[in-house]
Amino acid sequence: MNKHKKGGAFLPLAPYSLWSVLFIVVPLIFVAYYAFTDEAFRFTTENITRFFTATSNIQAEDGTMQEVRTYLVIFGRSLKLAVISTFICLLMGYPMAYIMARAKERTQKILVTLIMIPMWMNFLIRTYAWMTILQDTGIINNILGFFGIQPIHIIGTETAVIIGMVYDYFPYMILPIYSIMAKMDTKLLEAARDLGCNSFGVLRRVIFPLSLPGVISGITMVLIPSISTFYISQKLGNGKFFLIGDAIEGQYIANNLHFAAAIAFILMVILLVCMGVVKYFTSKTYGGE
Amino acid sequence: MKLSSKIYTGIIFAFLFAPIIVLLIFSFNEAKSLSVFSSFSFKWYTELFNDRDTLESVKNTVVLALSATAISTTMGTAAAFGIYRVRRNWYKSIFNTVTNIPMINPDIITGISMMLVFVFVGRLFGMATSLNFWTILIAHVTFCLPYVIFQVLPKLQQMDYSLVEAAQDLGCTPVRAFFKVTLPEIMPGIITGAIMAFTLSLDDFVISYFTSGNDFQTLPIRIYGMTKKTVTPKMYALATIIFFVTMALLLLNNIIDNKESRELKRKKKEIKGG
Repeated sequence: MNKHKKGGAFLPLAPYSLWSVLFIVVPLIFVAYYAFTDEAFRFTTENITRFFTATSNIQAEDGTMQEVRTYLVIFGRSLKLAVISTFICLLMGYPMAYIMARAKERTQKILVTLIMIPMWMNFLIRTYAWMTILQDTGIINNILGFFGIQPIHIIGTETAVIIGMVYDYFPYMILPIYSIMAKMDTKLLEAARDLGCNSFGVLRRVIFPLSLPGVISGITMVLIPSISTFYISQKLGNGKFFLIGDAIEGQYIANNLHFAAAIAFILMVILLVCMGVVKYFTSKTYGGE
Repeated sequence: MKLSSKIYTGIIFAFLFAPIIVLLIFSFNEAKSLSVFSSFSFKWYTELFNDRDTLESVKNTVVLALSATAISTTMGTAAAFGIYRVRRNWYKSIFNTVTNIPMINPDIITGISMMLVFVFVGRLFGMATSLNFWTILIAHVTFCLPYVIFQVLPKLQQMDYSLVEAAQDLGCTPVRAFFKVTLPEIMPGIITGAIMAFTLSLDDFVISYFTSGNDFQTLPIRIYGMTKKTVTPKMYALATIIFFVTMALLLLNNIIDNKESRELKRKKKEIKGG
C-alpha cells in the first residue's frame, strides 16, 4: 500500500502550491511591504505612526470641539459596534440553535434551509432593505404612526448600524452552534437528568460546555466581518459612523495605497493576536481531547 | 416543539424575513414610494429589463462565477488529492495554515492585499490600469479554493483505499484508477465544493470591489453603484428576482440531497441483504 500512497502527490499538488504562494502568501507580504514604504517604495514607519497619532477635531456632545486621535477613535468604534453586534447575535442565536437541534429531523432541515435563504441574498440588498425599513418615512414609522405613536429616528444612529450588522451576520452565529448541538450525544443529557440535574442545570453543566467550540467559531464568524465591514455603516449610519473598513476603503478611493495597506496591516495583526489568544485558551480547555 | 419554542422561532424568522418581504411587496408598487403601496404594477421590472448596464453585469457575474468555479474545483480537487497522498507532516501543516488564510482573513484584507500585488505588477509592466477581468478571476479562484479543498479532502479520507488498490491489482494504471474509482467516490464532495464556490463567487462584493477594473462590473458592484445614488425600486425588482432564483437553487440542492440519501439507504440495504 505504501508503494502506491507515496508517489504521485507532486503533480496534482503543484498548481495549487504555486497558486497559493502567488495569491495568498505574496499578497500578505505586499500588505506589510506597502505599509512600511512610502510612494517611492523607500522604507518608512510613517504610515504606521500616522495611524496612531493623526488627530482631528470632532464635536463633543456638549457642543465643544475636541481634538481626538482619528484612527484610534475609528478603531475603538468599530470594535465597540462589532462586539455589541456579536453579543446580540449570540444572545438571539443560541436559543434558536438549541431549539433547532431539538426539533424533528425534517423540521431541522427546513429550518436550516430557511436560515440560509437570507444568507444567499446579496448582503448589499439586505442592508439596503433595512435602510428603507428604518427611514424616517419608512415602514416602522408608518406602523407607529398608524397607532398614533410618535415617529422614532433610527437611521443614521449607532443602533441602525448594529441592526444591520446583526441582521447580515446572524446566520453565521446560528449555523456553527447548531451543527455542534445537533451532533451532541443525547445520552449525556439523559444521564445528567438521571443524576439529578434540572433543565437549567443540564443546559449550564452539559449542553453549554459541550457547545463551546460552536460558540467560539460563531463568535469569530460574526466578529471578523462586522469589525471590517464598510457598507453597512455608510448606508445605515448615513456615513456618520466611520468604521475601520470605511477608513481602508476611503484611503483606497483616494489612491493612498500605502496608508490603506498600513491600516489593513494593523487590523490584521490585531485580529491575529486575538485569534491566537482564543486558540490558546480553547486548546487549554479542550487540550485533552 | 413547545409553544414557547414555536413563538421564539416565529420571532426570529419574522426578523430574518421581514426585510425580504418588504422588498418583494414594494417591487410591485406603481409609485416610487417605499412606504406607501399605491397600486400593483410591473413597471420596475420593465425598467430593470431595459437597463443595459445591469443586464450586462448579470452576464458578467455568471461568466465570472462559472469560470471561477471550473478552475477552483479542478485545481482544488487535484490539490486535495495531492495533500491526501503527501506523507510529510510539515508540508501538511503548512498547507493547512495557508489554505485557511483566505477563510479567516476579513474580505477587505484579502481584497486589498491582492489589489496591491496586481497594481504593483501592472506598474512594473507600465500599464495604466492593471485591474481587469483576469485579476477579478484570480481573486475569485483564490477565495473559492479553500472551500473546495475542505469539502473534497474529508471524502478522500473517508474513502476505502483498498478499492483503489484492488483496481490497480486488476490492471488499472494509477491514472485510470483515479478516474474509475477515486473520482466517483469523492464526487459528492466535489459537487458540494463546486456549489459553494459558485454561490460565493456570485455573492462576493468586497473582494470584487478591490480587484475589478472599470471595464468589468459584476452585479454586486453594480448594485453598490446604484445604491450610492438615490433609491429606486428597480433595485427591489432585482432583489425579488435574485430571491426566487436563490429559492429555486436551494430547492434543487435539496432534491439532489434527498435523492442521494435515499440512494445511500438503498445501497446499505443491498449490502445488508446480500
